[in-house]
Amino acid sequence: MSPKGRPEGESAPKRVSAEGSPVSDESTRRITVATAWLDGCSGCHMSFLDIDERLFELATKVDIVYSPLVDAKVLPEHVDVGILEGSVSNADDLEKARAFRKCCTLLVSLGDCAVNGNVPAMRNQFKLADVMDRAFRENVTTHPVIPVACVPELLSPVRPVHDCVPVDVYVPGCPPRADAIWYVLSELIEGRTPDPATVTRFGA
Amino acid sequence: MSRIVTIDPVTRIEGHARITLTLSDAGKVEDARFHLTQFRGFEKFCEGRPYREMPALTARTCGICPVSHILASNKACDHLLSVTIPPTAEMLRRVMNLAQITQSHALSFFHLSSPDLLLGWDADPASRNVFGVMRKDPALARDGIRLRQIGQTIIEMLGGKKIHPTWVVPGGVAEPLDAVKRDAILALLPEGLDVAKRTYAFYKTLVPRFVDEARHFGTQPTLFLSLVSPKGHLEHYDGLLRIKDAKGNIVEDMVPAIEYERLIGEAAEDWSYMKFPYYKPLGYPAGIYRVGPLARLNNADACGTPYADVALAEFRMLQEQGPVASTFHYHYARLVEIIYALEMMERLLKSPDILDTRVRARARSNRDEGIGVSEAPRGTLMHHYRIDDNGLITWVNLIIATGHNNLAMNQSILQVAETYVDGNRMQEGMLNRVEAVIRCYDPCLSCASHAFGEMPLVVELADARGRVVDRLERR
Repeated sequence: MSPKGRPEGESAPKRVSAEGSPVSDESTRRITVATAWLDGCSGCHMSFLDIDERLFELATKVDIVYSPLVDAKVLPEHVDVGILEGSVSNADDLEKARAFRKCCTLLVSLGDCAVNGNVPAMRNQFKLADVMDRAFRENVTTHPVIPVACVPELLSPVRPVHDCVPVDVYVPGCPPRADAIWYVLSELIEGRTPDPATVTRFGA
Repeated sequence: MSRIVTIDPVTRIEGHARITLTLSDAGKVEDARFHLTQFRGFEKFCEGRPYREMPALTARTCGICPVSHILASNKACDHLLSVTIPPTAEMLRRVMNLAQITQSHALSFFHLSSPDLLLGWDADPASRNVFGVMRKDPALARDGIRLRQIGQTIIEMLGGKKIHPTWVVPGGVAEPLDAVKRDAILALLPEGLDVAKRTYAFYKTLVPRFVDEARHFGTQPTLFLSLVSPKGHLEHYDGLLRIKDAKGNIVEDMVPAIEYERLIGEAAEDWSYMKFPYYKPLGYPAGIYRVGPLARLNNADACGTPYADVALAEFRMLQEQGPVASTFHYHYARLVEIIYALEMMERLLKSPDILDTRVRARARSNRDEGIGVSEAPRGTLMHHYRIDDNGLITWVNLIIATGHNNLAMNQSILQVAETYVDGNRMQEGMLNRVEAVIRCYDPCLSCASHAFGEMPLVVELADARGRVVDRLERR
């Protein structure tokens, strides 16, 4: 895939990995895709699975090289398309968003949480300490303690993905319907820049 | 010096987690922990919202089982209104819930766990996924995709959307069902049941291959918690709480769900964003229990539908006596429940009253505290709200299906790690087995992170002083 056009948005990134040239072999060109969920509900990934039998067609054109749906534990260094669901709420989310930007030629912000913060960002109107206290001190019947070990630090405020790293394609919706996701993927596979505004909207 | 192995992230589960195993000098597993690494804060940030927003807001705890949250939330709101919803509305809510159980269980079995069962624990991680299953056994993969699609399509036909539908409302449902849609849903069910029976028959042939896993995948004695119907039958929408012990004795029965706080307490630990519910009379952490398909089938006297009852009898034969203990058999229980869900949807949709247009009781809030409990695909789900005189939320507590299983999941990974992990000769397949026992529970970490966060899976080796000396991630 050689993404010719760039989305109109001002945050269209300058970088095109390897000068926009395909990462894999020209002749047996299969697109590599990585996906991750940050702070969200997994609903966008579920909506992706709702493309149903089209998964078979997708599998002929695309390799999912990193995703909660497959077992790779490490993001490859060069990926054609990265898809992020969810907002950036903790240190792990931020690290993952940066890694995706670094490794992926095109970065897709999938769903309202990624695009505008949505429900996860509702916690921004409260002090983080109060949010933690409610969960781990007030709403327990024994052994109240705030988790700090082996868990990522929470960030405040919760932010949409493009507030942390440049994003190429925005696909709003809560979640975007499977047909909208299929349209976006198909366009990217064909080397075109999708215009998701034609198929989805905030809260769709 | 001991070491810590970290598996991070745990894959083919729904959410973010990490597992740490502590190994002794001799390479023996001494401890295992399951860490949820996402925290969201619904219990706080819903404060100040009108209670009628809660179903749509809390649906966003989980895109896999949004219907469960929508139902538990609306039941809590029904309680706030102090109404009994019309019988047809209850039947329609039940249909949507059963459709969700069908799709969610299909996702767990086909998309997430079948790669282990069909391709093997030690298969190449690069192809050990649903796409690998599509290549190895396309017919089975098609069945799984179709079954999930049938569940999702029924949800969409009822609620207008596959994920986060808004049709269920406080007091009932927003729109009655019409004959055209009913017939369209009924037309899907025979195919779904064919797929479910075919898969069940196939899975029974697989079970003998996994005798060893069944013996070591989380066989710890625990209590089992679930709703049952007033007759003691399998129940997913309403009903009463029952707790059985590991020997099959009923220790709590016919407890109204709104009294859950009498049975269930919650503890926190500083190493996970997931809390640790426990059975109060036994205290923490002794009050360990399991929820979900395994617990529901162990607790139910019968399913109440013909084919599912045959399958239930076969399920009980997995163990010589008493409740089925092995966590590995969650897979089996899930397939039995899919059959039940499809049979029960047909029965409900053929009821003469299903097209009744009286589907919504209208009232304003008549109480300042509401509790809603239902069975999500992964187990008992509890929503508990308090509101002020203006109907604005002042306090929320959510106890999520996956949370109930937290103590048991930790115990299970320890057992599997002790059995299969050799610290002197670490291999990827060993770690995959540790992840696989987590997959048996089908944890929904999106849900569990309502208060907490995501779970990545990492294995770290720590020395006796707790210093991390080694870390293993699967590549």
